[in-house]
Amino acid sequence: MDPRPQGVMMAPELTAAEKPPEKHLREAMPAPILETRKLSIFYGRNEAVKKVSMPVPERRITAIIGPSGCGKSTLLRAFNRMNEFIADVSMAGEVLYRGRNLYGKDVDPVEVRARIGMVFQKPNPFPKSIFQNVAWGPHINGLVPRRELPELVERSLNQAGLWGEVKDRLGESGLSLSGGQQQRLCIARALAMQPEIILMDEPASALDPVSTDRIEDLLFELRERYTIVIVTHNMQQAARVSDYTAFMDLGVMLEFGVTDQVFTRPREKRTEDYVTGRFG
Amino acid sequence: MTAGEWRGVPNLARRHWQSLWLRRLFQALTWLGVMLLAILLFRIARQGAVWLDWDFLTSFPSRFPARAGIKSALAGTLWLIGLTALISVPVGVAAAVYLEEFSRAGRLKTFIEVNIANLAGVPSIVYGILGLAIFVRGIGLGRSVLAGALTMSLLILPVIIIAAREAIKAVPQSLRQGAMALGATRWLTVRHHVLPGALPGIMTGVILALSRAIGETAPLIMIGALSYVAFVPEGPMDGFTALPIQIFNWTARPQQEFHGLAAGGIIVLLAVLLLMNAAAVAVRHRFQRRR
Ligand SMILES: Nc1ncnc2c1ncn2[C@@H]1O[C@H](COP(=O)(O)OP(=O)(O)OP(=O)(O)O)[C@@H](O)[C@H]1O
Ligand SMILES: [Mg+2]
Repeated sequence: MDPRPQGVMMAPELTAAEKPPEKHLREAMPAPILETRKLSIFYGRNEAVKKVSMPVPERRITAIIGPSGCGKSTLLRAFNRMNEFIADVSMAGEVLYRGRNLYGKDVDPVEVRARIGMVFQKPNPFPKSIFQNVAWGPHINGLVPRRELPELVERSLNQAGLWGEVKDRLGESGLSLSGGQQQRLCIARALAMQPEIILMDEPASALDPVSTDRIEDLLFELRERYTIVIVTHNMQQAARVSDYTAFMDLGVMLEFGVTDQVFTRPREKRTEDYVTGRFG
Repeated sequence: MTAGEWRGVPNLARRHWQSLWLRRLFQALTWLGVMLLAILLFRIARQGAVWLDWDFLTSFPSRFPARAGIKSALAGTLWLIGLTALISVPVGVAAAVYLEEFSRAGRLKTFIEVNIANLAGVPSIVYGILGLAIFVRGIGLGRSVLAGALTMSLLILPVIIIAAREAIKAVPQSLRQGAMALGATRWLTVRHHVLPGALPGIMTGVILALSRAIGETAPLIMIGALSYVAFVPEGPMDGFTALPIQIFNWTARPQQEFHGLAAGGIIVLLAVLLLMNAAAVAVRHRFQRRR
């Protein structure tokens, strides 16, 4: 549970100060678990992502920031082949997962999505019970035998910081939860798949400040065990939670680096203007 | 103008007046519809009620009004509708799932879509001719209840497909994405999330379609459903008659008593319809509570 007094949560500066930036400062960047090579993505003829090459360091949090429409979500969806459900999408370049091209002929997209989890901007729990929401993914993928599902569900809800709030109502509909709880349920659902990587597309943008805070706390707890890529519009959030930051503009990746560097000593003028709020 | 002062709104009185009179007009039209239906029901009830008893339901048709009943027609209709549902619901829902969830956009899909939409508007007698040519004669099913059910299925398939597609479309895209992002295949997503979400809408469409089938007379006459049947179908290959045919026959007779019998038949037909609707509402209710 959250030890901090309720009133403090509304003030972002205080919250930021209270979270010790125990980041991996000045470390050598861990080997990337995921990497794009000259990745271009087109909607019809419109090139939404232009020759992006970026690493996603293992067991770190990488934030993707940039003005609206610059291609962040498109890039994120390329990491688990979710772009394939959009009509008229084509791509060039590669996405390497542990050195293997995710878009290779021998790769099954269903398997990719089973291994690389995703949390969406708007909480989208299934209209089923809380238990089933979490258990469904592992169940259909045969990750654990049926009798071990309850244990897995408890563990996942615990990791997502939701167990205490829902342990007496696992049979109730996932839709009966509040927005913030629903989003944590969706995170638990992704965690239950025991993925190595979790992709999050503005996971807190539809939430109130208190719920946002809880999600950020959660990211802190998850970062030691998972690789997380998070798209966010919230500069403070990117600065607070991420180890590495990628800045995109008009489909191009302008800058990638350690978060503190990107925010305090950006190499590009454009990045500086954006992170200091001069445009965007 | 000083702050806080009311500003006049032009034409306000006129717009209120317009609103009031339109409201009265719409109210009157609504009531007109309800009244016409009520009068119809009342006349039929008055005419048919005296004939309605257990004997009426359990007797075969007869030349003597006092002994005539609708046993064979009621059984025939139940057989017909049951078989029609068994055939048309799986086929219709499968087609809708294919079109919405699996097929790719293209000329073929557009062609299929346009055809389905057009088929929904084809007069039922045409389906009767088709059924006669294909089922009764073509594959030699004869004038069986199965041939009737296949013909009725053709007739209502477009309606079921269109309704099921709308219901499937109404399932939010975010649910599909959530399922797919967990490593579900298309089919598992459809099976566990899309179909349950679409079920209430599909049920409504199915019931509407079956309600239409239950009252259809023309295609049955076309395929030669029998008019005097003194037995109950015991299998899909048996001959049959149906309520609308029986009613039609009775109304065609000169004797007043047979008109009363027809009214009784109509009441039974309406009762069957009502039961089907109630069943649909119950199913819908159950599924909506579960979420
Ligand atoms: N389904 C789509 N079909 C066609 N074009 C699209 C589609 N989705 C996005 N685009 C286009 O691709 C570009 C990048 O979109 P994307 O959603 O990736 O931006 P974003 O950085 O996530 O923006 P935001 O911050 O507003 O979410 C935009 O120009 C957008 O118009
Ligand atoms: Mg986006």
